[in-house]
Amino acid sequence: MNKPAMPNSFRTGPDEQGMFGIFGGRFVAETLMPLILDLEEQWNKAKNDPEFKAELQNLSTHYAGRPSKLYFAEGLTKHLGGAKVYFKREDLNHTGSHKINNCLGQILLAKRMGKKRIIAETGAGQHGVASATVAARFGYPCVVYMGATDVARQSPNVFRMKLLGAEVRPVTAGHGTLKDAMNEALRDWVTNVEDTYYLIGTAAGPHPYPELVRDFQSVIGTEARAQMLEQEGRLPDVIIAAVGGGSNAIGLFHPFLDDKDVRIIGIEAGGRGLDGIEHCASMNAGKPGVLHGNRTYLLQNADGQILDGHSISAGLDYPGVGPEHSWLRDSGRVQYEPILDDEALEAFQFTTRVEGIIPALESAHAIAHAMKIVPKMDKDQLVIVNLSGRGDKDVHTVANMLGMEI
Amino acid sequence: MTTRIDRRMAKLKAEGRPALVTYIMGGDPDYDTALAIMKGLPAAGSDVIELGMPFSDPMADGPAIQAAGLRALKGGQTLAKTLKMAAEFRAGDNDTPIVLMGYYNPIYIYGVDRFLTDAKASGIDGLIVVDLPPEMDEELCIPALKAGVNFIRLATPTTDDKRLPKVLENTSGFVYYVSMTGITGSALADTAKVSAAVTRIKGHTALPVCVGFGVKTAEQARVIGASADGVVVGTAIVNAIASVLGPKGEKTADPAEAVATLVSGLAQGVRAARLAAAE
Repeated sequence: MNKPAMPNSFRTGPDEQGMFGIFGGRFVAETLMPLILDLEEQWNKAKNDPEFKAELQNLSTHYAGRPSKLYFAEGLTKHLGGAKVYFKREDLNHTGSHKINNCLGQILLAKRMGKKRIIAETGAGQHGVASATVAARFGYPCVVYMGATDVARQSPNVFRMKLLGAEVRPVTAGHGTLKDAMNEALRDWVTNVEDTYYLIGTAAGPHPYPELVRDFQSVIGTEARAQMLEQEGRLPDVIIAAVGGGSNAIGLFHPFLDDKDVRIIGIEAGGRGLDGIEHCASMNAGKPGVLHGNRTYLLQNADGQILDGHSISAGLDYPGVGPEHSWLRDSGRVQYEPILDDEALEAFQFTTRVEGIIPALESAHAIAHAMKIVPKMDKDQLVIVNLSGRGDKDVHTVANMLGMEI
Repeated sequence: MTTRIDRRMAKLKAEGRPALVTYIMGGDPDYDTALAIMKGLPAAGSDVIELGMPFSDPMADGPAIQAAGLRALKGGQTLAKTLKMAAEFRAGDNDTPIVLMGYYNPIYIYGVDRFLTDAKASGIDGLIVVDLPPEMDEELCIPALKAGVNFIRLATPTTDDKRLPKVLENTSGFVYYVSMTGITGSALADTAKVSAAVTRIKGHTALPVCVGFGVKTAEQARVIGASADGVVVGTAIVNAIASVLGPKGEKTADPAEAVATLVSGLAQGVRAARLAAAE
């Protein structure tokens, strides 16, 4: 079997049909087709419009607090005794995660398109909070669909969304997690086509969402690359990010894809292990299929029915992944590894104690992998871990897991 | 090449009445019951049968059809079993067209070529795949046409005159006009708007135009049937099945009989359509 030839660049996708190789595409109902074509047209105009770029830049700086810092995690580095570990501090952004990068970009698009109402899906609630935040800032009514299971395990974020004026609609279908929230958001969109903007939170869904979310999140990698060059005078050896839908990961990875000496690792939720169905490692244990508007790796049974999966982290609890990750997996440019619930929980506590930073459980998956590989690396090597969000929202979940009451 | 759908629609046109297109979910509430329901449809007055292929994530369906799909999956329904159901029906009825309706992933996983071969062998005449717009025609639509299976496209209120030709390009059998923007089982849209849309689509194609989404009663079937070539009823039938199931899924009455009663009423509605229109 011949492997597909290496492309000259890994940064040119998607093609005009919205495909990354066989992945991506526009698998949506006809009702939505004119809407996503319109979105694509508006997005193509906006991304080359200096006024749009200037407004986004201004908000990123003064509202979201960018650039986020590239922080040398000295405590963690000392304990691990190998390569130098840096954290890209997306947890320091306004609303506490990388999600604001995408929401600011998309709310400006919604404004340009004259939309009157915002809908969003959310898993951990980080994207829901970021959506509710920009909706409040720009004066839009906002409805956030959230799985009922996630509503229960992320109650602080539910309250934040309500404070911000959003309506949170719990979704009881399926396991009541991100997949079900996305189905319900799509049903809302197909019903309210005239006035509603669907603010997708991850780099998945029908074209052009995977591309535009990636482009809004690529600020992470663009900054990290320049910051590393400035602070260490060279590029990192390894970069690591957690992958649920994969927006923080593609945001960090994309600017590095053509830096051939940078090893890129995406971390999937290994849950309770890959043997059964209690994980969300679609690229390690799933196969390509079609869901939510795109073809990508999915957890599914032999009949093509989508499985629910499991992760301790609500933000990673999704049976699919953004299509560009599927393509990067198959092309071999990015390596995807699973991290178990217990390993993430350990990294969560360890980082909190040695760095004084409480990471989101999603980000703790990426840190856990760094904790595995860094001790085996040389002291002069450099690793960037994307600290995609802060972990305050997860303290109830962690307390539960540790058998404590708060 | 004419298919069972072409022949049936031509016959009804000659009779001067619209088609009654009935939807049931394959395997709802279980294989044997669903097959019995399906076998009873032609006698009750159904002209075309849409057979749902259950999918775990039916993003264009409302609560009733979502629940029907879950009942079927819980009962062990698979795409292979839905094809088997069609074949068993076909063994006793060589005239009533069967259109499979659902989402792409189970077909993709089954394998497109294998699916088309098995669908043909099972007496399937057409396909409606909700999440395959014309932009994705290479996936299944073109192979289906080559295999002699009709690919029926959905046109919606958001499909404007500029886009209609693209939607109609590879459509065959009939055009399925979705009466409103929304999910299955919502309230029926303004019927005057629906007839205007049917007229608009007919300006672009010689194919029959059937209207679905929101038609629940014989009266609605009569009104819609006055302008459309066919009326599709789904949620109301699925609800008739649900209404004779207890909290644990046990049958409190015969689902096949409940469906036949409803369909007979709907059939009277479509048969009255053109009479009413002529008055």
